[in-house]
Amino acid sequence: MSTAVQVVGLIADVDPVPWARSQMAFTLAFHIILVPLGVSWAFLTLIANYRALRHDDADALLLAQRWSKYMAVTFAVGAVTGTVLSFEFGLLWPRFMGRWGEAFGVPFAFEGIFFFTEAIFVAIYLYGWRRMRPWAHFWTGVPIVLAGIFGTMSVVAANAWMNAPSGFTLDSSGDVVSVDPVEVIFNDAMPLETAHMLVAAYLVGGFLIASVYATGMLRGRTDHYHRLAFTIAFTVAAIATPIQMGVGDALARWVYDEQPVKFAAIELVPQTSSDVPETLLGHLNSDGSVTGGIPIPGLASWLSDPGTGTSTVVQGLDSVPASERPTEQEANVVHLAWDVMVGLGTLLFLLSLWYGLSWAVRRRAPGNRVFLVLAACSGVLAVVTMESGWVVTEVGRQPWIVYEYMKVENAATANTGVWITFIAVVLLYLALGVTAIQVLRGMSRRFRRAGGFHEVDGPYAPSEPPRGEPDEETVR
Amino acid sequence: MSDTVAVVLLLALTAYAVLGGADFGAGFWDLIAGGPERGARPRELIEHSIGPVWEANHVWLIFIFVVSWTAFPEAYASIMLTLFVPLTLAALGIVLRGASFAFRKSVVTLRSRRGFGAAFAASSVLVPYCMGAVAGGIASGRVPAGGQAGDPVDSWLNPTSLVTGLLALTAVAYLAAVYLVWEARGDDDAELTEYFRRRAVVSAVVVAVVGVVGLVVLHGDAPYVFDGITGRALPVVVLGFLCGTGALVLLARDATRGARALAVLAVAGLVVAWGVAQWPYLLPETLTVSSAAAPSGTLQALFVTIGLALVIVLPGFLLLFALAQKRLLPGEGVPDVADRTMHGSAD
Ligand code: HDD
Ligand code: HEM
Ligand code: HEM
Repeated sequence: MSTAVQVVGLIADVDPVPWARSQMAFTLAFHIILVPLGVSWAFLTLIANYRALRHDDADALLLAQRWSKYMAVTFAVGAVTGTVLSFEFGLLWPRFMGRWGEAFGVPFAFEGIFFFTEAIFVAIYLYGWRRMRPWAHFWTGVPIVLAGIFGTMSVVAANAWMNAPSGFTLDSSGDVVSVDPVEVIFNDAMPLETAHMLVAAYLVGGFLIASVYATGMLRGRTDHYHRLAFTIAFTVAAIATPIQMGVGDALARWVYDEQPVKFAAIELVPQTSSDVPETLLGHLNSDGSVTGGIPIPGLASWLSDPGTGTSTVVQGLDSVPASERPTEQEANVVHLAWDVMVGLGTLLFLLSLWYGLSWAVRRRAPGNRVFLVLAACSGVLAVVTMESGWVVTEVGRQPWIVYEYMKVENAATANTGVWITFIAVVLLYLALGVTAIQVLRGMSRRFRRAGGFHEVDGPYAPSEPPRGEPDEETVR
Repeated sequence: MSDTVAVVLLLALTAYAVLGGADFGAGFWDLIAGGPERGARPRELIEHSIGPVWEANHVWLIFIFVVSWTAFPEAYASIMLTLFVPLTLAALGIVLRGASFAFRKSVVTLRSRRGFGAAFAASSVLVPYCMGAVAGGIASGRVPAGGQAGDPVDSWLNPTSLVTGLLALTAVAYLAAVYLVWEARGDDDAELTEYFRRRAVVSAVVVAVVGVVGLVVLHGDAPYVFDGITGRALPVVVLGFLCGTGALVLLARDATRGARALAVLAVAGLVVAWGVAQWPYLLPETLTVSSAAAPSGTLQALFVTIGLALVIVLPGFLLLFALAQKRLLPGEGVPDVADRTMHGSAD
């Protein structure tokens, strides 16, 4: 009896903060995988759709139709995982929302409008294939692209506000008494952070989709349809990648200026100094020394401000009290994530360069296996790159939830049951992820098994909509 | 200004109840439709009728959350802290429901479809119940003001929450049944029309019974809202009741279009009556709408988004809705050559 009470007591005493952080991180990391597809797939589909209409290309038309169907599935999963996020802000961080909701919520209110628009036009575009005139139908896809762009900008503006809070005044007890919504949305971190995420969405979406077709080509499916799909997706990604490097570089300098402590964690700089080396990998120890890794002398200083070169002073972690900077452990996570983002980003850049040169010189995509194998991996690599970037941003901001205004521990719920919801959410999402992949693969198998790609009647021609699903028995 | 935002919030809640509610209710009928053979035809109708629009409906809920945390942050924090359990269940239910529905449409083997179907149906029942229970917790004054947590258990396991949960569940079931009669009629399917007509009548009676029991419970458990419902909000309640009854009369006369409109008004009446009854309180008797409101800059930004919604979202939504109502949206997008071959190669 008393052990039962003890067990109950133990459960009741679980500190919710680490579980809330883990749950938030897990669900965001899951949601963000769907985001690039939601944002960029509509654009890719419209390219195919445009080509189909302009050049009367039947393969392109089929591609656009199938992509619009896949898009709908990923959109559905994105929508439900996104809905959960909006629950979580309140369920996990009620004190954050209670105190800052009037400012932090503003960009989300705009996000709501854009996602509304996106959802509506996805439905219209998906269901309009047969019922609308071709060009009118094409134009119903454009709002999806725009809504995706503006929606992303709004959400990331909210995250940027957490990094660079502005647009409010506080009274003496720390409550928000007035809000300037324009300042909130267009906070200092917003322009570069939204740009970086937006380009990331096109980059990751492009590589992800291209990698599927690269895999198909490796398996010998090199018909016009597959090559077209690959070319559209990979070209968009290859254009986005160099842009992303430039934006990332500017963003890094912004962090150097405005969030020096995060920058110290990124570059693993324990003490403020000049001539700081750029350490690849490496580890920060609890005594404040950095061991392992490959230091490149002076590079971190030089990159931070090429104007002053290696004599640029980089602020160290010790420039603020331990309670206001990431722990050693967190700093190591940030630094590793940084190395992964920049390392993989460089790799993807080289791959894009190869592709671009091949087009410039030989007027076609590189056809050899090495390239295709790398292209087939590029999707996963790009996702890892993006996830790492988010880890840099989020863990690097620790211990603050609102930079220099509120700490994470003061924002969390006091509900001790969070560990239970964390486990439930992880299990549910894993099941969701596995099934989503299975369903998408099943769809593609079905499409492929159907063999050739000849539409019998014109796809825009009116016809009776089929009722019900394809017969169960025939596909076994 | 905060009053306007509160009214918009109430309207969004009503829209969610009416539009999203019908989706949940359809899931309820799916759940009790019987074994795979007996339930096959009603299930097919259900699936086909919530196809295109269901995606858009989730956004109402998101909109409600966003507006509440932006305009009334402290009240929002109190609600989320206190009603942690039913809200978490609702969130999990929404994931399960949305995903299983999307997948059920895309998988083809019977066994996996049945699994997804069960998950879809069960979570369709869980979510409206939890939402209703949350409303009950708020209405009965169990959520304290000031971003504080109330009782984590009693706030949703209490007489009022039980009644409001059941009321939400039965109301959406009623609404869905009326919609489905209309759908079946559009298909010229006399058998299914009759099937759902019977269910519409039964569920209407159940809603009425739960409503009357609810009044008794409110009298003891949530006196402020009881006074409101029997006083200020009485016209709304009466109107809603008349609409609900009228819908049944029209159903019996086979005027399904009018029946649908009246059923929508009846359910809308329930939500609006709740809002009117607890006016001017956001959290009855502890926090009024005006004292809970965010600074004016925030509210102005919300007005801008509401204006944008009217200009951008509403036309699109109406277009989509009109297309769906005119049955211009095929059940599942453009039929692909793959689907067609499979039809061709059947047996
Ligand atoms: C897949 C795409 C991708 C690629 C190739 C890169 N990044 Fe990145 N990075 C992201 C995807 C990303 C991201 C996931 O999208 C983040 C997280 C938050 C954000 O806005 O962008 C991010 C964050 C992020 C941050 C943190 C911003 C903050 O905390 O406010 C910095 C400093 C950089 N990036 C810099 C770079 C540099 C110098 C790159 C060049 C090699 C680079 N990124 C490549
Ligand atoms: C715009 C979108 C986002 C917003 C508004 C947001 C907001 C938040 C909030 C409120 C927290 C909890 C407080 C904290 O721990 O600092 C958090 C933590 C976290 N988020 Fe984000 N986030 C966003 C995007 C992402 C994405 C896409 C990822 C992907 C990996 C991510 C990863 C994390 C991680 C890892 C944590 C935990 C950090 C830690 O506690 O060490 N975030 N985020
Ligand atoms: C970098 C961060 C984020 C980006 C770029 C982003 C973008 C997107 C996009 C493009 C969609 C459409 C669904 C899809 O196409 O798959 C979506 C869905 C959604 N996201 Fe996120 N999201 C981010 C983070 C968040 C956060 C932190 C929240 C929390 C409130 C959130 C809430 C939602 C909601 C509610 C939906 C569903 C909207 C609908 O039904 O259309 N998102 N998100």
